Amino acid sequence: MPFSTPAIRIAAVTKRYGNLQALGGVDLEIARGEFFGLLGPNGAGKTTLISALAGLVRADGGTLEVMGHDVVTDFYSARLKLGVVPQELVFDPFFTVREILRFQSGYYGIYGNDDWIDEILSRLDLLSRADTNMRTLSGGMKRRVLVAQALVHRPPVIVLDEPTAGVDVELRQGLWQFVKQLNADGHTVVLTTHYLEEAEALCGRIAMMKAGRIVALDTTANLLSHFSSRSLRVQVERLDVAESLGGEVSGDWVIFGFDPTSGAEMLETLLARLREAGAGVRGVSVGEPDLEQVFMEVMRRA
Amino acid sequence: MLDPDTLPDSFRASTFIGFRTLFYKEVQRFWKVNFQTVAAPVLNALLFLLIFSHVLARRVTVYGDVPYTAFLVPGLIMMSLLQNAFANSSSSLIQSKITGNIIFVLLPPLSCRVFYAAYVLAAVLRGLFVAIGVWLVSAFFIDLPLAKPAWVFAFGILGGALLATFGVIAGIWAEKFDQLAAFQNFLIMPLTMLSGVFYSIHSLPALWQKISHANPFFFMIDGFRYGFFGQSDTSPWLSLAVVGFCFVVLAAVTLMLLSRGYKLRG
Repeated sequence: MPFSTPAIRIAAVTKRYGNLQALGGVDLEIARGEFFGLLGPNGAGKTTLISALAGLVRADGGTLEVMGHDVVTDFYSARLKLGVVPQELVFDPFFTVREILRFQSGYYGIYGNDDWIDEILSRLDLLSRADTNMRTLSGGMKRRVLVAQALVHRPPVIVLDEPTAGVDVELRQGLWQFVKQLNADGHTVVLTTHYLEEAEALCGRIAMMKAGRIVALDTTANLLSHFSSRSLRVQVERLDVAESLGGEVSGDWVIFGFDPTSGAEMLETLLARLREAGAGVRGVSVGEPDLEQVFMEVMRRA
Repeated sequence: MLDPDTLPDSFRASTFIGFRTLFYKEVQRFWKVNFQTVAAPVLNALLFLLIFSHVLARRVTVYGDVPYTAFLVPGLIMMSLLQNAFANSSSSLIQSKITGNIIFVLLPPLSCRVFYAAYVLAAVLRGLFVAIGVWLVSAFFIDLPLAKPAWVFAFGILGGALLATFGVIAGIWAEKFDQLAAFQNFLIMPLTMLSGVFYSIHSLPALWQKISHANPFFFMIDGFRYGFFGQSDTSPWLSLAVVGFCFVVLAAVTLMLLSRGYKLRG
C-alpha cells in the first residue's frame, strides 16, 4: 500500500433517516499524522459520519476507507486500524477496568496484552483503579477508560467524539496532553468537540459541517484569516457618536470590525474619523480573531 | 503506532481469539451473578417438581410403569435449559443495546459468525449449568434412569442452541425490556408449558395431540425424555429432524440479520 494513502478517505457518503438527510454527499480526506477537527452544531452529521466510518452505521451511498481499507468490504483491516472514543459515557457494569481492557484486546484478536494495558492505564492515571468495577468510577474516570478501550489495539487512526463533554478542566488538560503525545507519536487524530478553543489550539486542519454537508474545510490558520475579522474596541466619551460611525456598543466600549488583511491603515483611518466626529477616544484595544467567530460566520453563510 | 509483533500471526488465529474472548465475557457475565442466573432457575424447577409430584405422584404412571415424578424430571430439566438459554442471549443483548455498551463488540472486527457463535454457546452453557443443577438436586429424591445418554446430550445441546438462537433474534429485535418480556411470556412460556413437560401427549384428546405436533418444544422435550427412558411419545429421529430443521432455519435467519446489521448497525 503506498504511503500516500490517506488515513481516512470519505467519498460521496450519504445517509438518510426517514425524511432527514443526515449526510448529504460528504467528501473528505485526512492525511496520516494529522490532528483534524470535525466541528458543527448538534445534528450536523458529525457523529453519523464517525459512526459510518466505524461501521456502526451503514451509509446509503459512497465509500469510506481507513488506511486504504474499505469499511464494508474490508471491514476486518479497517476496524483493526481505527480506535473510536464514543460520545456517550457507556460502560459494562459487570466488569473491572482491567477485565474490560482485556476483553477489548481479545475482540481485536490480541492475547496477552497486559503490558500495553498497564502502560495505557498509567498514562491515563488509571493504574490504581485497574481492579475497580466500572460502576464505582467517577464520570471522568469512565471517560478515560473509554479512551483506553479505543487504544488497546494500538490503532494508527483515533477518532474522539466529544471526549471532553462534561469533563473538568484538570482532566481535560491531562487528556489533551495524552492525545497530543499520541499524535506526536504518529497517530492520526480526528476530534469532534463543542469546545472551539480546544479545536483551535489542537487541530491543524478543520472541517465544519452543517445539515449533513461539509461547509468549510481548511487549515485552522487559513480559516481564522479568511473568515474572521479582527475587532477594534474603543472606549469613547460619546457613545452615540461612535455608534453613528458603525460601531456596536458594548458597555462603555464600542466595537468596530475590520479586515485583518487591511492592516494598520484601516485602524488609523477609523481613529481619525472618531476624533474628527468628536467621539473623544480614551482607550483602544485590538481583539484577535478566534475560531468561535469563524464558526459563527461559516454557519451563518452556509 | 501499530506494532505487528503484538498482533496474531494470522486472521484465523485472531478470529479465534475474538470468539474465545466474547464467549468468555458472556460466560463471565452470567457467572458473576450465578445466584440469579443459575441457582434461582434450579430452585424454580425444584418447586415445580415438589408441587406436581406431591399432587400427582400416586395417581399417575406414564409409559406403562414409569412413576410420574421420574417422568417429570427430564421435562423440567429441559424446560429449564431452554428457558435459560433463551434468557441469556436475549437479556445480554438487550441490556447491551439499552445501556449502549453493545458498541464495544460492534467496533472491533468480529464477524457475524463469531458474534453469533459466542452468544449462542455462552447461552447454551448457562442452560446446561441450570439443567445439570436440576438433575443433580433431583437425583437426591428421584431414581432417574439414563437409557440412551447420547440422545440426552444431542437434544440438550441442540434444543439449547435453538432457544439461544431465538434469544439472539429477540435481543436484536426488541428495543425495550417489555418487548422482550412479551416474547418470553406470550411465546416461550406457553409453548414450553404446552409441550408435554408435565404430561404425556397420549393423555390428551386427539385434537390436542395433533396441535402438540405443531409445537417444536414438544419435539425437544420428547426427544430429550427418550434419552432417559428409551420411550417417547413420538420417534426420536422425527424429533431430531424437527429440532435440527428449526435450528438451521433460525440460525440462517440470525446470521442474515447480523450480516445486514439489523437494528444493530443503524
